[in-house]
Amino acid sequence: MKNVGQSIERVEDPALLRGEGQFADDMAEPIGCCYAAFLRSPIAHANIRNIDKEKAEALPGIITVITGKDILSLTKPFISGVKVDAPQYALATDTVRYVGEPVAIVVAENRYLAEDALELIDVKYDLCQAVIDPQEAAKSNAPLLHHAVGSNILHERWFKYGDPDEAFENAYKIVETTIDYPRNSCTPIETFVVLAKYRPGDEAYDVTANFQGPYTLHPVMARSLCVEGNRLRLKTPPDSGGSFGVKQAIFPYVVAISIAAKVSGKPIKWVEDRLEHLTASTSSTNRVTTIKAALNKKGIITALDYDQLEDCGAYLRAPEPATIYRMHGNMTGAYAIRNVKIHNRVAVTNKTPTGLMRGFGGPQVYFALERLVDVAAEKMSLDPLEIRKRNLIPATAMPYKTAPGAVLDSGNYLSSVLRAEADGNLEYLKQQRDNARKSGRLYGIGYSIIVEPSISNMGYITTLLTPEEREKSGAKNGALASATVAFDPSGSVTVNVSSVPQGQGHRTVLAQVVADELGIDHKKIMVITDHDTVKDSWSIASGNYSSRFSGAVTGAAKIASKRIAKRLKIIAAADLNTTPDHVELKDNVARSTINTNNTIPLNRVASKAHWSPLSIPEGAGSGLSETAFWTLPELSEPDQMDRINSSGTYGFIFDFCGVEVNPKDGSVRIDKYVTMHDAGKVLNPKLADGQIKGAFAQGIGAALLEQLSYSADGAFETGTFADYCPPYATDMPELLILHDEHPSPLTPTGAKGLGEGNCMSTPVCIANAISDAIGTEVYTLPLTRSKVHKILDNEEPAPPAYMEAAKKTERNEGYSLNSGGYTIIKATPEKIWASILNPDELISLIPGCKSLIRTAPFSFNAEAKIGVGPIAGNFTADFHFSDLVEHRSLSLNGTASGALGIATGTGRIKLEPNDKEVKVDYSYSITINGKIAAVGARLLEGVVRKLIEQTINNFVYGLRDSPPNGILFKLFRWLGIRN
Amino acid sequence: MKPPSFDYSKPDTVDEALNLLDTEKSNARILAGGQSLAAMLNMRLVQPTVLIDISDLSELKTITIQNQTIQVGAAITQAELLAWDQLHQQPLLEKVLPWVGHYQTRQRGTICGSIAHSDPSSELPLALAVLEGSILARSKNGSRKIKTTEFQIGPMQTSLKDNEMITAVHIPIAATDSAFGFKEVGPRRGDFAITAVAAAGTKDGVLLGVAGVADVPTTKHFSHKETQEPNELLNAFAWELEGSDDVHATAKYRRNLVRHLGKDVINEVLNAVS
Ligand SMILES: Cc1cc2nc3c(=O)[nH]c(=O)nc-3n(C[C@H](O)[C@H](O)[C@H](O)COP(=O)(O)OP(=O)(O)OC[C@H]3O[C@@H](n4cnc5c(N)ncnc54)[C@H](O)[C@@H]3O)c2cc1C
Repeated sequence: MKNVGQSIERVEDPALLRGEGQFADDMAEPIGCCYAAFLRSPIAHANIRNIDKEKAEALPGIITVITGKDILSLTKPFISGVKVDAPQYALATDTVRYVGEPVAIVVAENRYLAEDALELIDVKYDLCQAVIDPQEAAKSNAPLLHHAVGSNILHERWFKYGDPDEAFENAYKIVETTIDYPRNSCTPIETFVVLAKYRPGDEAYDVTANFQGPYTLHPVMARSLCVEGNRLRLKTPPDSGGSFGVKQAIFPYVVAISIAAKVSGKPIKWVEDRLEHLTASTSSTNRVTTIKAALNKKGIITALDYDQLEDCGAYLRAPEPATIYRMHGNMTGAYAIRNVKIHNRVAVTNKTPTGLMRGFGGPQVYFALERLVDVAAEKMSLDPLEIRKRNLIPATAMPYKTAPGAVLDSGNYLSSVLRAEADGNLEYLKQQRDNARKSGRLYGIGYSIIVEPSISNMGYITTLLTPEEREKSGAKNGALASATVAFDPSGSVTVNVSSVPQGQGHRTVLAQVVADELGIDHKKIMVITDHDTVKDSWSIASGNYSSRFSGAVTGAAKIASKRIAKRLKIIAAADLNTTPDHVELKDNVARSTINTNNTIPLNRVASKAHWSPLSIPEGAGSGLSETAFWTLPELSEPDQMDRINSSGTYGFIFDFCGVEVNPKDGSVRIDKYVTMHDAGKVLNPKLADGQIKGAFAQGIGAALLEQLSYSADGAFETGTFADYCPPYATDMPELLILHDEHPSPLTPTGAKGLGEGNCMSTPVCIANAISDAIGTEVYTLPLTRSKVHKILDNEEPAPPAYMEAAKKTERNEGYSLNSGGYTIIKATPEKIWASILNPDELISLIPGCKSLIRTAPFSFNAEAKIGVGPIAGNFTADFHFSDLVEHRSLSLNGTASGALGIATGTGRIKLEPNDKEVKVDYSYSITINGKIAAVGARLLEGVVRKLIEQTINNFVYGLRDSPPNGILFKLFRWLGIRN
Repeated sequence: MKPPSFDYSKPDTVDEALNLLDTEKSNARILAGGQSLAAMLNMRLVQPTVLIDISDLSELKTITIQNQTIQVGAAITQAELLAWDQLHQQPLLEKVLPWVGHYQTRQRGTICGSIAHSDPSSELPLALAVLEGSILARSKNGSRKIKTTEFQIGPMQTSLKDNEMITAVHIPIAATDSAFGFKEVGPRRGDFAITAVAAAGTKDGVLLGVAGVADVPTTKHFSHKETQEPNELLNAFAWELEGSDDVHATAKYRRNLVRHLGKDVINEVLNAVS
């Protein structure tokens, strides 16, 4: 029986279940290993005026502190696909552009000490205005991230395929929608790990890191480190606690830790923690898309018009802006649309740089396209599934070349849809919906249909260049995968591939593929999954991403095994007295197909190749090891018309689901979810379903729960899993998985990728169902309970009369705190004025204030311990008074910074004497950034409001009774200072 | 995410713990289940010089019923109370405890630790408020009983003194004619509540409590008449709590939940007592 196509048990599990996995953190640490910790920017945008590392370096156990200065002198900036003057280094050099941007590295004898030292590094920042929203960033008066570029739009291109203008002109109807895809992440359990050593003798770096490709980044790292590729030895451990693309973003840290190793002369290990990971590792791009379709009378979409504004965060970190181009060839989805217009803009904003993420580019595109199809159905009074069916690419057209250039390799989309309708019992779901609606419940059905690209063309990113620019820079194409298969003298087989597994079951599936070619028991095959750039074969496209394992990597392994098989047959034929083409390899023996009793064990054949190389027939070659490189010939570079076959194979997915929305709390219950996949040949059904479930879970997260949130001023607010909310196992609904198999004619195994599809199809399918349930369009994700409730726009009962004021102070969504009020103090304005301006009095008014000095007539510097409940930290505050009108009014500006974060605020105080009292009017605006915002966002506003209220109260009492206890200080607590 | 260095002390008796607390005062933190404290330590949000581990003190590992009150010692975990065979004596606890974190966190997290931590979204302080329980605080110099209404004074702020720890919480058992209700909405099951409501009452009236909106769990009394037509009072309550926006939900959404969930739990009580 063939192994391929069977649900063979995972061979990797016995070790993993015993806790014997070999993850990056399990790798042996060299003698003398030291540990690194990163100091990160607490603010979204600022110039670094000064870094004082003296105190940190003086701490016992600290080896060294490395800053942007060292990085500037020892490294080159990372290259990226867009040639603009917006350099990124491994550490910020003079400007920080996002919360979490690395500013310094502490190398210490252990991580604890390293983190102690972080608190002692004093960085002076000059704050700049941050820009968070890409639409704001695109405006001509927006604050600039990279001044040398002169704009926050780092890339812009227009594309036209067919004649979209004509199609829009002659359209029966034009439909349009604008969507806003949020930032989210796949959050692997295992965070980044780098272990680096510098060998001065060879001027070479030895690095172990849980990097998973693409290996296009190896030259990027080597160039930044100013060494030849062979002097950056990069090893990856055999097991990985997940990547989903995310680990691509480790590469700047490989460079940072390598430099730290060089400067300190020590081997160094760094393990990223969860807060660092959520804050600053990477993210999907957020994207604003306006999409239009032209329709004819029959509901056939004749043209599409995309206007995409991509937000890549603070830097275009390689391979960005790839997210926006990965889908370029298949922007028409599963539909036969011949006329397409695309306008791409890539913006930088003060957020974490983006990168690879399961589904890469797909969720953004399909959220727009598949929402639009629903809008079109509505406008055309067609059933949303019916309009989809009318537009599907017919099976007879396969392989089908899309207008932007993708070659959809195989499939029968309509028959897959019909099968899913039947097997998933869509009729029953419709009855459910009708029944629910009859009883007044909000029930909806959603659909999505997509093609799932896999095996990225190394040339797709060059679509961002004009044909002339491409001409100059040289063609980029293909997607080389490599595998080595070796028969050892004992007759067992070792397989080695340049793709590190992240849970796909590489060891199981490769054993299945190779076993079938070599005719041996799959258990005799050992698949080696660690990788070493100086010992193992690899190429630029190597790595585990773009679902290239099942199509490309197994293909290379199959080719290598075929070559070995051919040679084994030559050797065996001599012994079996027959010709090689009459030899069959099966059940661990070589057998003559003429006389099937005539066999020789395969281990004897292999042994012969090793022990008697002189005795084996000519043509059998020598050594029993084969390394095969494979790419699809169809993956050529973009043509003159900018058409690009951006991926090697294209699977097909049809999803539908029924959801019920609870109008009281906005919660969404997924009643039933059906997903139909045609991923070509399914190599191992059980593992395939595991992949689909994983992507589905991440799709559910993106649809309903997950968002990396920023406040308007750039504070990052979701630094823990209490605030960044991937679904729990208990949040997962039943999932019915269906398969249709139209093998790819292009890959050696006939397989296509299938592990990313539901990240693309599920968010929009659920959004469509919710929209159907509530009868309103939805434009954004995640559809959290609060957000769904808001869309339902329930009229709210007014506050009671005595609370009228509450309505007015209602804050907008967002966390910049603006408020004000007044209070009456029984004192003279002169007295109040004097207390505020006299440092000696001021210090006593501020509990926790350890020192307060006047640095200029109206400027002060204070050291204070600020806290709430048990939470406390030391802060340095600089504040000054301005716009002084003696005894009447003043303004206050201040910044307080410490290890917990940085607060900046402005306030205005007005004194209005009235008899023996003074009415003190105050207003303030505070923004809080850094760790405290990242981990405490849920509590922050309440806490700050409370503190200010107390402050004002205490101010009243403080000035009345001396000794004052409480006062301005609590205001200063967050504006400036306090205990 | 590594804590700064601190001393760790595991006293053998409560007195020993209190002596140490009295010397160290605010430099010390009591370590119970560590489910909140360990995270705060690792993030360096708290930087105590000494941790006093009370999790194994047998004096504090007791649950008893005295004077119609369930007395839960400070070393009793949430899982232990949930498994206690007399828990039906206070049905609100039965309803609330499964919503406190997850199976895993309840194995270590203590009842008193949750009360001491005083997160404004926590379920247990809410239950305590609605049941009008009290907190037994003890220092080297003696014990005092603190009413819940006087205990929590702000988000994560309590009226506990520097040299005091909680040794037990006292929760009245249910009167025969009383009934209880509880509902919660969070981002996911097991998360801190966006809004949680609890109610305790009889035919004569209901005490409704809300967590996750104001800085502290807050209660409002509904007379029999008001429970019949609760909408207006619920709306007033929703506004009075002055909730704010955060990453999970808007203030408006919270008010909506107070109105809806509030009505649900009042009805839960009414249905049970009628
Ligand atoms: C993943 C996760 C989810 C959670 N979800 C929820 C939830 O949904 N609802 C919820 O309410 N909680 C939740 N929690 C918090 C959890 O319930 C904690 O167990 C609880 O808040 C603290 O109890 P503890 O025994 O672990 O206390 P610790 O963490 O040991 O201490 C917490 C604080 O209380 C102080 N303290 C503890 N005991 C005493 C005492 N006897 N006297 C004086 N001070 C004391 C400590 O010094 C510290 O400041 C969650 C925690 C986690 C990790």
